Amino acid sequence: MKVKNNIAVSENGFIFNPGSGESFTVNPVGLEMLNHLRKGLSHSEIIAAMQASYNVEADNAERDLLDFIEMMRQYRLMQHDDE
Amino acid sequence: MSPKKTYERPIIKKLESNMPNKFGMRTIYEPVTHVEGHAVKDLIRDHGSPVFVISEKKIRKNYRAAKQAFETRYPKVQFAWSYKTNYLDAVCKIYHQEGSWAEVVSGFEYDKAIRNGVEGSKIIFNGPDKSEADLRKAVTNNSLIHIDHLDELYLLQDIAKNSKQRPKVAIRVNLDTGIFPMWDRFGFNYENGQAWDALNKIMFSGQMDLVGLHTHIGTFMLSAGAYAVAASKLAHLAQSVLAKYNHEIKYIDMGGGFASKNTLKGSFLPGSDISPSIDDFAEAITSALMNSDYRPKTPPLLIIESGRALIDDAAWLLGSVLANKRLSDGRRSTILDIGVNILFTAFWYDHKITPAQAFTSYTEDTALYGPLCMNIDVVRESINMPLLNKGDQVVVHHVGAYNMTQWMQFITLRPKVLLIDEYGKLHVIRNNETLSTLTDLEAVPPHLVHFEL
Ligand SMILES: Cc1ncc(COP(=O)(O)O)c(C=O)c1O
Repeated sequence: MKVKNNIAVSENGFIFNPGSGESFTVNPVGLEMLNHLRKGLSHSEIIAAMQASYNVEADNAERDLLDFIEMMRQYRLMQHDDE
Repeated sequence: MSPKKTYERPIIKKLESNMPNKFGMRTIYEPVTHVEGHAVKDLIRDHGSPVFVISEKKIRKNYRAAKQAFETRYPKVQFAWSYKTNYLDAVCKIYHQEGSWAEVVSGFEYDKAIRNGVEGSKIIFNGPDKSEADLRKAVTNNSLIHIDHLDELYLLQDIAKNSKQRPKVAIRVNLDTGIFPMWDRFGFNYENGQAWDALNKIMFSGQMDLVGLHTHIGTFMLSAGAYAVAASKLAHLAQSVLAKYNHEIKYIDMGGGFASKNTLKGSFLPGSDISPSIDDFAEAITSALMNSDYRPKTPPLLIIESGRALIDDAAWLLGSVLANKRLSDGRRSTILDIGVNILFTAFWYDHKITPAQAFTSYTEDTALYGPLCMNIDVVRESINMPLLNKGDQVVVHHVGAYNMTQWMQFITLRPKVLLIDEYGKLHVIRNNETLSTLTDLEAVPPHLVHFEL
């Protein structure tokens, strides 16, 4: 799974999906994870990056990352790697 | 190196037009960190989680406001505290100190009122379940017995005859106020003539003192007008008795049922916006009585048995977040240590629930569940909440009515109840249950004592 490559993400956490016309907001932690995902970082790389900038334990960050990805999928902002 | 930033859960939220949706109106959240000057985190640290907290100041304030609303409109008013609404001794005694009589609906509640020091003649005994022994006791104590059905009327007649005492009685009347559902399973119906029949039976028996007329038209009434209809119907019955028997009814008891400021489940607008005020109810009732055709020499005493409207907003339930989960439909769910076993009113109300610590401006649509292993254990099906983490604390508002009487010992034990007095001092008014609270009542037959596994 990766983030759909046509979605637009603004610096202040505003997301637009031109495919559906829907828009979303993310909080700063969400924005950071989203940007790492868009760059194609692996989960463990993202967790390490989060730990570098935030006071957070690895298993919390991992749980939240998986949850965040699941929400992105629910909102149809993710696509399969081969799409 | 720059210091690390504070972490919060990542969230993503779909932007929708600012219309109220199934999660209710957009809520502007403020954390409620303190209750009457006491920090929520200290209360939980010292008394456990969850814990009920009651404000004596608020109870007295509500009571005085209600009393004033009626007394400025009508010459003789008497409140009677509805025990079932909250019968913790300390709570009842606040109302009794304020001058409230007791309104009870069972032998147990009756005994509790007597034990609290209420004179028998100031106890109103309502309800369909009064045993013969209860009735004898109430007759001897000169209590006000509100007859619910004919079987009770006949039983009371027998008791009067055999004991040579004159029971003081009223009848409970049910009537059509234009409100659905009509509470017609209690008392005698007005429209079909049952109530008038019962009054004639009492007057003809000559063995009881007919002192009052009673109704309780429903619960969480959102229409003050319904009370006006009910009051004029009772006044009409009183006038019929006066005309036929030259007998004056001493009081008219309008029951309770005034809506509190809670929000009924499924209601689009918050209860604080749509519930009539106590003044609205008082205006409807008193003007209907004064405009009625009842013309006794002394105006009847007006009795009010309001429960929830006097106490709902005087209590809070404090609790903690146990865990967060994602539901299969993508919704967030948060598990609290507060279940419907102690928050019974979660079945009726969308309770206001606020975090007890600071949070950011991000919110998420969340389902709030209790800790019971049951599907029905839902505290809020959907609420727009700031992001809560395990260990965070929450405050459930307006829990004063019916929770501390209808709570169940189920899966968990019942928590402590604290009272904050008028000077801010904290008192434990009901201790938390322990294992022995339950096991003390149990007995194991000898053949079941030993086992090997
Ligand atoms: C006879 C009677 N009086 C008073 C009350 C108190 O009602 P509320 O708490 O809705 O005011 C009740 C509650 O059901 C009742 O049955």
